[in-house]
Amino acid sequence: MHKLELPVIQNQSNSCCGIVAAESENTLPDLNQSFVSGSIDTPVGRLPQVSSTLNREDYWGSIKARWAVGRMEYKIDPGIYALGTPDNHSTVFVSANYKMSFDRLRSSLCGRSGWILALDTKGINVWCAAGKGTFGTEELIRRIELSGLKNIVSHRKLILPQLGAPGVAAHTVAKFSGFNVQYGPIRAEDLPAYLDAGMKATGQMRTMTFQLKERAVLIPIELVEAAKIFLILAAAFFFVSGISGPAGFWVNAISFGLFAVSALLGAIIGGAILNPLLLPFLPGRAFSIKGFSIGIIIALILLYFRGIDLSVWPGRIESVAWLLIIPAISAYLAMNFTGCSTYTSLSGVKREMRWALPAEIACGVTGVVMWLGAVLIS
Amino acid sequence: MKNPVYLKDVVTLQLDENQCTGCGMCLDVCPHEVFKMNRRHVVIQNRDACMECGACSLNCPAKAISVQSGVGCANAVINAMRGYNNGECCCGSDTGIAKTNNTGRCC
Repeated sequence: MHKLELPVIQNQSNSCCGIVAAESENTLPDLNQSFVSGSIDTPVGRLPQVSSTLNREDYWGSIKARWAVGRMEYKIDPGIYALGTPDNHSTVFVSANYKMSFDRLRSSLCGRSGWILALDTKGINVWCAAGKGTFGTEELIRRIELSGLKNIVSHRKLILPQLGAPGVAAHTVAKFSGFNVQYGPIRAEDLPAYLDAGMKATGQMRTMTFQLKERAVLIPIELVEAAKIFLILAAAFFFVSGISGPAGFWVNAISFGLFAVSALLGAIIGGAILNPLLLPFLPGRAFSIKGFSIGIIIALILLYFRGIDLSVWPGRIESVAWLLIIPAISAYLAMNFTGCSTYTSLSGVKREMRWALPAEIACGVTGVVMWLGAVLIS
Repeated sequence: MKNPVYLKDVVTLQLDENQCTGCGMCLDVCPHEVFKMNRRHVVIQNRDACMECGACSLNCPAKAISVQSGVGCANAVINAMRGYNNGECCCGSDTGIAKTNNTGRCC
C-alpha cells in the first residue's frame, strides 16, 4: 500500500575542505528569510540560525493565517535550521515547513539549542500533511539526504512530533536512512519536559485533546468561510423579498429581507461560533445533530423577536420555513467542523453524511420554497 | 474533562494479536489511547475513540494492525464527491490545481 521510492541521492562525497556537490547546495534554506537571525557554518555549508524568541512579525503572521490571510503561502524554505548554537551532538527536531508549525516548535525550546529539519509539506501543518503523506516516510528520507544531515550530526536520532506518525513509518526510515525516529509529544510545549525526562512521554503528552482554547482558535477560519456563503445568500434573500412581497421594493425588503439577513447571520453564528465553543455540551454524537439543535434554538429566539402573526397562514408558513432553513445551515456548518476536530474518523464522517447531507439539503430547499410561498401570498 | 467520542461502531481498525510482538510502537503513536499493553501483546481497549489516522498500522513493524485510514473531514468527502481539489479538505492541494477551492477547513 505504502510505496517507497528510494530517493535519488546526489553525490556528496566529493570534498576537499567541506565543499559539497552543487545540487545539494541549492537545498540549503535561504539565509534571507525574515525570521532568520544569523548563520552558522557547518560541513555542508552556511545554515540559517533562528532563535526561540518570536518577534512581532511572527505573531502577526500567525494571526493573519488564522484569519485565512496568506494562509496557503505561510511557509519557509525546507531544510535544516540551527536553533541557538547547536553542535554535532545536538538533538534534531523534525517539523513541517508551515511557518506556524516551525514557530511553535522553536518558541517552545526556549534556552535550548538543536537542529530543526523542516520537511517540504507545501506549507501545511504536521498533522494535515501527515494525513496526506507529504509529511511522510519518503520526504523524510529524501530530506535527510538532501540536507546532508549525516555530515552535520554524529548521532543517528530524530525527534518527530507524534502527530507526524500517520505519514511516517519509523522502521522504514531507519532501514533506508539509518536514522532512528523517536516520536515526541503531540504538543511542542511539552518538549522541554519530554527531553528532561530522557525522551519519555507521559500518557497526557500522547493524548490529543480538543479543549475550549483549541476549538476557539479555529473559529476565525470557520467564519471567513461562512462569510462568503452568507454574503451571497443574504443578497439573494434581500432582493427576492423586495420584488416578491405585497408592497413596494424597499418596504418588502425591509419587512422580509432584513429578517432573512438576521436569520442567516444567526445560522452562521450557530454553526461557526457556538458549535465549536459548546461542542462537548451539545446533544448527539454526530456534529450535524449538534448544529441542528443550536439552529432550532436560534430560530425560536429570532422568531420570538420577529413577532410573526401566527393566526394567519403566511405567518405560520414563514415561521416553519425559518425553523427549517436556520437549523439546516447550522447543521451543515457544524458538520464541516468535523475536519477541524481532533477525534472524528473518516468512516464516522461518511456514516454521518449519508443521512445528514440529504437531510440538510431537504430542510434547506423545503424551507426556501415555503419562505417564497409565504412572501408571495402575504 | 474526558475527551469526547464520535459515532459508535463505525471504526475499521483491526488488530491481529497473534502477529503482535508487543513492541509498543502503537501505544506511542496513537493520539487517543486506543491500545493498551496486555502482558505479551497489545489489545484494543477503546475502539470507538479511534479516528483512523493510520499512525499505528503504518508504524507497526509486525504488520499486525490494519485500518482504512483517512481524514475525518466532511468537506473533504464533499470535495471528493464533487471531484475537485483531489478530494482534499482545506489544507491545500499538492498539485496546486483548484487553488480557489482550498477552503479553510480542517486544520
